[in-house]
Amino acid sequence: MHALLTGPFFYGSFGICVIGMIVRFYQYFNGLSWQLDRVAYKQYPAMGFRGAVRSIYKWLIPYGTYGWRSQPVMTAAFFGFHIAVVCLPLFLLGHNVFLKEKFGFSLFTITTPVADFLTWMALVSLAFLILRRLILPEVRIMTDKKDWGVLILSLAPLVTGLLTRYQIGDYLFWLNAHILTGELVLVAIPFTKLSHVFLFFASRAQLGMDFGIKRGGLKGSKMAW
Amino acid sequence: MPEGSLCNKKPVDTAEGVTTLLADKSGKTYYEEMKSLDVDSDLLWKTIQNTCKSRMRTWLEICAHCGMCADSCFLYLANKKDPKQVPAYKIQSTLGEIIKKKGKVDNAFMLHAMEVAWAQCTCCNRCGTYCPHGIDTGIMFGYLRGLLYQQGFTPWEMKIGAGMHRVYNAQMDISSEDYIDTFEWMIEENEDEWPGLAVEVDKKNADIMYTVNAREAKHYPEDLAEAAILFHVAGENWTIPARGWEQSSLAMFAGDWAACKMQVDCVYDAMERLEPKRMVGTECGHAHRATVVEGPYWAGRKSGRPPVESIHYIEWLAEALRTGKLKIDPAKRIKEPVTLQDSCNYVRNHGLKKIAREIISYIVEPGYFIEMCPNKEHNFCCGGGGGFNGIGYFRKQRNVGLKIKRDQIIATGAKLVIAPCHNCWDAIRDLEEEFDIGIKWSFLKPLIVKMLIVPDHLKPKEEDE
Repeated sequence: MHALLTGPFFYGSFGICVIGMIVRFYQYFNGLSWQLDRVAYKQYPAMGFRGAVRSIYKWLIPYGTYGWRSQPVMTAAFFGFHIAVVCLPLFLLGHNVFLKEKFGFSLFTITTPVADFLTWMALVSLAFLILRRLILPEVRIMTDKKDWGVLILSLAPLVTGLLTRYQIGDYLFWLNAHILTGELVLVAIPFTKLSHVFLFFASRAQLGMDFGIKRGGLKGSKMAW
Repeated sequence: MPEGSLCNKKPVDTAEGVTTLLADKSGKTYYEEMKSLDVDSDLLWKTIQNTCKSRMRTWLEICAHCGMCADSCFLYLANKKDPKQVPAYKIQSTLGEIIKKKGKVDNAFMLHAMEVAWAQCTCCNRCGTYCPHGIDTGIMFGYLRGLLYQQGFTPWEMKIGAGMHRVYNAQMDISSEDYIDTFEWMIEENEDEWPGLAVEVDKKNADIMYTVNAREAKHYPEDLAEAAILFHVAGENWTIPARGWEQSSLAMFAGDWAACKMQVDCVYDAMERLEPKRMVGTECGHAHRATVVEGPYWAGRKSGRPPVESIHYIEWLAEALRTGKLKIDPAKRIKEPVTLQDSCNYVRNHGLKKIAREIISYIVEPGYFIEMCPNKEHNFCCGGGGGFNGIGYFRKQRNVGLKIKRDQIIATGAKLVIAPCHNCWDAIRDLEEEFDIGIKWSFLKPLIVKMLIVPDHLKPKEEDE
């Protein structure tokens, strides 16, 4: 089972994720239409690029925009979760040993205490986001099965990772469960709301171009849209 | 009943049709007929397939349902944080549902969607700037309005407004002759006080081609006079086109994209015919948005720009004050608490926040200007944008929406609200009528005319002697 998960399943899920992201990225930008979207994308590439970069960059910074600052607690939980779930899969020592074995290269790694901190930070943040979804009427009204599915899918590798880390119960079982849930996330990325992992950049870039080219950018407004 | 005699899928494009619709007081029959109007699901789905592409599909798909857009919406706040007023919910439960059901929705659904599209969103685009994913719900509501219009589910006044554009190339039944007569009448009325005041129609190669909102000719002709006086004092070489003088677009509020194109084509034709150096539009937000920001796309202009440089009235005014073409008498500057209403359509959606404040710096005595909170790009809609002001059927909902602007104004302590936008001006007038908070409201033109230092050679002769 372990060999299957770390072999064909890993290559398969990784391939589906990467190819899926490339295809959807292509489809997104190929589907942009200057006349339907009413944005002259190609006429003002410099302004468009500036607007897109500003829009992405500002929204990636905690409290970098008026929107983030207007909801400080939500922003803390949001970044607490997202920083962790981006750093952990990429920079955890164990993941990089695996990466080196599979692809022959590895990335910068974080120490175990840092990894522990990030994992707990992610769990606490996610718990807040779940509570928020359960309690706030303005969030509850929109929450559907898909939202819960994505939350559970995101939670699973964190929980199984921690159980593996602290070797609670059957180590190999939890390790396999961790790998499997991680691979499920990879497969789900191109096909579910998890596509925001990469479509966030596309969508923000589009709105940045829209404002940068058409809605104020040429008038010198430096707002982070 | 598939199609009513008044409420149907066919746009109004004859004077007779407009008159017949207008005769149906408050749209009573129109709305009755709407309750039986069929939905052409095949047409709806086909239109969506042809026009709803990756941008909007992605917005609808990746919306995390996080609710961060909630507090950005003035209608959510004004309606006691009713979760049904959360922008993401409003669009997911209307456009999102239509797409999920591949256009197979019924009459009741469309009636509900119409209320959401016109009475729960003014397309102010504020929520778009608060969404981490950059989802601009206002744009999607504009799109939804187009789908609803195509199916005949559009408020009575919107159908009339779009029809007016189709028939008269103006949002009201004013012919070119009426317009020119009104303008010339206003010149005559003021030429004693302003010797040499004149308007030239269809002058070629002028520095400025001036365009207006038809309401000015119909209801507020003094606005035309004030514009003429300010151009006259500034020594501008200006003209008005006999055709293509209307800058506004109720067709945009209605979602009648074909009429939007007809309207801007008419203005762009005037630009190409008269070859002015620039076009200056009046103090109107949506008119600027329609003709300068969105119009080039409706007209199929790949450049995304009108044929000649086109600016908002406040841009011209700031320039005239900056360069000394117009001079303000310091003794006549505003010396009472005053605030400024930032129009969504040219501040949030066209970046003119600094220009507006530059004008304030010339005309308000230091210490008297108080910003609304929030302001500039983050300002709330006046409460009546996107056609909301003009729809009698949704008047109650509009009046609730006015509360946020009312509270913003009260918090400033201002006695005067400068509103260089027709919709904002109307909404602020209406909120004063509704809530009686003791404020005055004004466009810039009448304020500036009263504050001018008039060069001696432009004064009436009696004064010289």
